[in-house]
Amino acid sequence: MHIPDGFVSIPVAAVTYVASGGSLAYAVRRTNEELGEKQIPLMGVMGAFIFAAQMLNFPVAGGTSGHLIGAALATILLGPWAGMLIMASVLVVQALIFQDGGLIALGANVFNMGVVACLVSHYAFTWLKRLLGEGTQRPVISSFVAAWASVIVAAIACALELAISGTSALAVVLPAMTLVHVLIGVGEGLITVAVLVFLAATRRDLLELRPG
Amino acid sequence: MKQKWWIAGLLIALAVTLLSPLASAWPDGLERVAEDKGFIEKAQEAPYEVIPDYVFPGVGNEAVATILAGVVGTLVVFGLAYGLGVLLRRRETA
Repeated sequence: MHIPDGFVSIPVAAVTYVASGGSLAYAVRRTNEELGEKQIPLMGVMGAFIFAAQMLNFPVAGGTSGHLIGAALATILLGPWAGMLIMASVLVVQALIFQDGGLIALGANVFNMGVVACLVSHYAFTWLKRLLGEGTQRPVISSFVAAWASVIVAAIACALELAISGTSALAVVLPAMTLVHVLIGVGEGLITVAVLVFLAATRRDLLELRPG
Repeated sequence: MKQKWWIAGLLIALAVTLLSPLASAWPDGLERVAEDKGFIEKAQEAPYEVIPDYVFPGVGNEAVATILAGVVGTLVVFGLAYGLGVLLRRRETA
């Protein structure tokens, strides 16, 4: 879902840069308050894993592929604020070194796949955890749904930016983006759950680092 | 040993890049929509290129070039995110 330059207008790029910048500044402050010594290496490992996993496009229906965003995984393990910083690290490196996502559109990409995806993951995960109560399947369901929802809402944010920019009509781009990401989000949910199950089996303590 | 778990984590991330040549080359969700809805041509070229399309330049074998690009990116992001963690960690003592 990396937006290239040319898809978003200058006003949309400017507004999303400011929104992302403000969110990241707040995320820096919160991370500064919350992050303990044990979480530091996990930030590096999460960033590294998410970058690598984002390269693995998996096929979905009709000659279309998708790849992990990773915001839900980072958020479930480290909370939304450290998660946002991890996602921003990944997206900045992708834009600056790999020309994946435009430089003018970087604010929009950080907003969609960092700010929006992490906050949706966070609220969906915590809300579902409370709703479902105790049970062994509970974290699996909460993680899957949070990851799935984060992709869909990020895609909706992307579609709105494209529509406001005049790149495509809202009635065209919104349903198209939502529909394809309903499918891609299933992949996000499956990968997120697989990694969490792997961690639960190997390093359960890493699942308990999440602040708050 | 307990403190060195992150080395294993980084190795797993690097191992994931070995799979990158197998990734689907089909357009992703946004590219597919842009093609179908006729606005893909609005995409602009990047003003400069370092490692475009996750293929390390000057390497003949495309699978090797892709893995190399993945290894470089994985290490750079690791350093950046780890560095942010070090800078922002909670200080127990002033």
